[in-house]
Amino acid sequence: MTRLSSSFPTDRAALITFVTGGDPTAADTGAILDALVEGGADIIELGMPFTDPMADGPAIQAANIRSLSAGTKTADLFNIATDFRERHPTVPLVLMGYANPMTIRGADWFADACIDAGVDGVICVDIPVEEDDSLGDSLRAKDVAVIRLATPTTDAARLPDILKNASGFLYYVSVAGITGLQQAAQASIQEAVSRLKAGTDLPVAVGFGVRTPEQAADIGRVADGVVVGSAIVEIIAEHGADAPPHVKAYVKSLSDAIRSAR
Amino acid sequence: MWTESLPFAKRFAHMTKQDKLSNSFRNQPDDRGHFGQFGGRYVAETLMPLILDLEKHYRAAQADPTFAEEFDDLLEHYVGRPSPLYFAERLTDHVRKEAPEGKGAQIWFKRDELNHTGAHKINNCIGQILLAKRMGKKRIIAETGAGQHGVATATVCARFGLPCVIYMGATDIERQKPNIFRMRLLGAEVVPVTSGSATLKDAMNDALRDWVTNVHDTFYIIGTAAGPHPYPELVRDFQSVIGREAREQMLERTGRLPDMLVAAIGGGSNAIGLFHPFLDDPDVEMLGIEAAGHGLEKEHAASLAGGKPGILHGNKTYLLQDEDGQIDEAHSISAGLDYPGIGPEHSWLKESGRVRYDSVTDTEALEAFQLLCGTEGIIPALEPSHAIAAVAREAVKMDKDQIILANLCGRGDKDIFTVAEALGTEI
Ligand SMILES: Cc1ncc(COP(=O)(O)O)c(C=O)c1O
Repeated sequence: MTRLSSSFPTDRAALITFVTGGDPTAADTGAILDALVEGGADIIELGMPFTDPMADGPAIQAANIRSLSAGTKTADLFNIATDFRERHPTVPLVLMGYANPMTIRGADWFADACIDAGVDGVICVDIPVEEDDSLGDSLRAKDVAVIRLATPTTDAARLPDILKNASGFLYYVSVAGITGLQQAAQASIQEAVSRLKAGTDLPVAVGFGVRTPEQAADIGRVADGVVVGSAIVEIIAEHGADAPPHVKAYVKSLSDAIRSAR
Repeated sequence: MWTESLPFAKRFAHMTKQDKLSNSFRNQPDDRGHFGQFGGRYVAETLMPLILDLEKHYRAAQADPTFAEEFDDLLEHYVGRPSPLYFAERLTDHVRKEAPEGKGAQIWFKRDELNHTGAHKINNCIGQILLAKRMGKKRIIAETGAGQHGVATATVCARFGLPCVIYMGATDIERQKPNIFRMRLLGAEVVPVTSGSATLKDAMNDALRDWVTNVHDTFYIIGTAAGPHPYPELVRDFQSVIGREAREQMLERTGRLPDMLVAAIGGGSNAIGLFHPFLDDPDVEMLGIEAAGHGLEKEHAASLAGGKPGILHGNKTYLLQDEDGQIDEAHSISAGLDYPGIGPEHSWLKESGRVRYDSVTDTEALEAFQLLCGTEGIIPALEPSHAIAAVAREAVKMDKDQIILANLCGRGDKDIFTVAEALGTEI
């Protein structure tokens, strides 16, 4: 968790990159994660595949299916994380996914597995604050960050509940929708980020629909972090096991843009 | 009977004083939408403010007598309620022939297959479209398995002049063709879903994706007593018209309550609709029937029998899944039962022991389908055919003076192609 709090630079936005674990296979994921780090990613979001990724668009849905069809298990995900932690002792790693794979063996089991694998935080798409006790208590007890999502539909009345017990960073989902499709207007992002920052000292990262270095730079000017997922996953879909150099080059283009944005 | 107008708040269990008693089975869910450990609101943050808003509007509707009046009026004059309570004399005689001396309960049916659009699904759609209207929503979406809920949704959308998009698995589109044409005739757009197993659960995923993308103007009419709170509760309340009518009709006709209720379970809306008004009648036994497909040791759709608790589609409930929590594909000959989950109230009723759950295979359901055609001149849907198979199984064990009441929740017109294929006939 301290890895997370020290990973947001003060002079520029952090680059947060998402890939689905086990896509195209569990054996390929390590090299892809290395490519993200080499390309300049500051924080890694590792997606736990799920059969029913309700909040994801076509690109990440397909990545989930590729991973599961290749036989990826929860144990493989934690092995990927453990190996990553050995190779990259300082780069924060966050697991992102859905409630059922995270809670099926019990929330305490999951929290322990996160600690053992060097996972710094967890983003669970379908556990809102109303159901926080299904997972949040166990994670906090082990000092694993519970990273909360805020969205364009999160109103002022709800925001304090979301911020209470949130840790790591606040993830602003900039569009009401699924991953990978639309992008939000810069003005609305700017307005939302300042609204959120007025309520929290946590870094605010913005994601959903970010594809180009220009977009990343624009968001990097107003937010503490930029999240990119579907665009990277599409490169993996195209190149499969040969994806790492392509992933690295793309991530570097984002990272360069963010570094020169402010 | 039906004309007496009670506001919803009076009718619905959780609002009345008696039902707040802790020994009632009708006081669920709690304020957070939990039925014991089940239910809840497991949705993305984007949807959370919406379902809170839906709950607020539902509570207001419950307290508003005009909502109940409008609901009752449409059910009476548009849907054709009350549906008859029917004593199936020839089926009873048939079952008695195979029963031991003195055994063979009287078999009765609640005939919701006679509703407009041919199933119980319309009861819920009327309630939800009235809510959508109250909330000022401009566009309706729904998921469908058998197509019955899709047809019912398309119907109420046509009736209220709202655009309608129906998500339906490509596999189900193939086996429920007549319903696709019906939905299109009614002006709905039917979107084939090809992800995952291309059946009901995937249609629900895509409906949720649509909803999260169109939150500002779209109302999601969920077709069964599942999903995030308050859906399981409000679908149950709208479907409870089945049990309320049946209870009154049975008392009026026989002067007593039935000894056993039987209903088929996909997500569980027709079953909870029949059961709920009887839950606090201790002498009424209840039996929910899941689809055993090819058999419980092979592919099936019996989440209580073969699953364990997990989280999917907004609620915690029994699910067919592997040890990692990946959802298994369900199988049933009946598209309406082909779902790897079940409404959370049934999970709770199972654990509390109030309702017994059992299952019926594809083959048994097909036999029961033909049995009802031949003995009663009623072509049932494949979904209630599962209940009918269980009725035949249970009735022979019960005394002759006992009454078993099953929910005949849908008619079989939509299934004739599937049945013909299973019987090796061409039409
Ligand atoms: C006639 C009929 N019965 C039953 C069902 C199963 O749903 P539920 O369990 O919600 O009643 C369906 C679903 O499509 C149906 O069409």
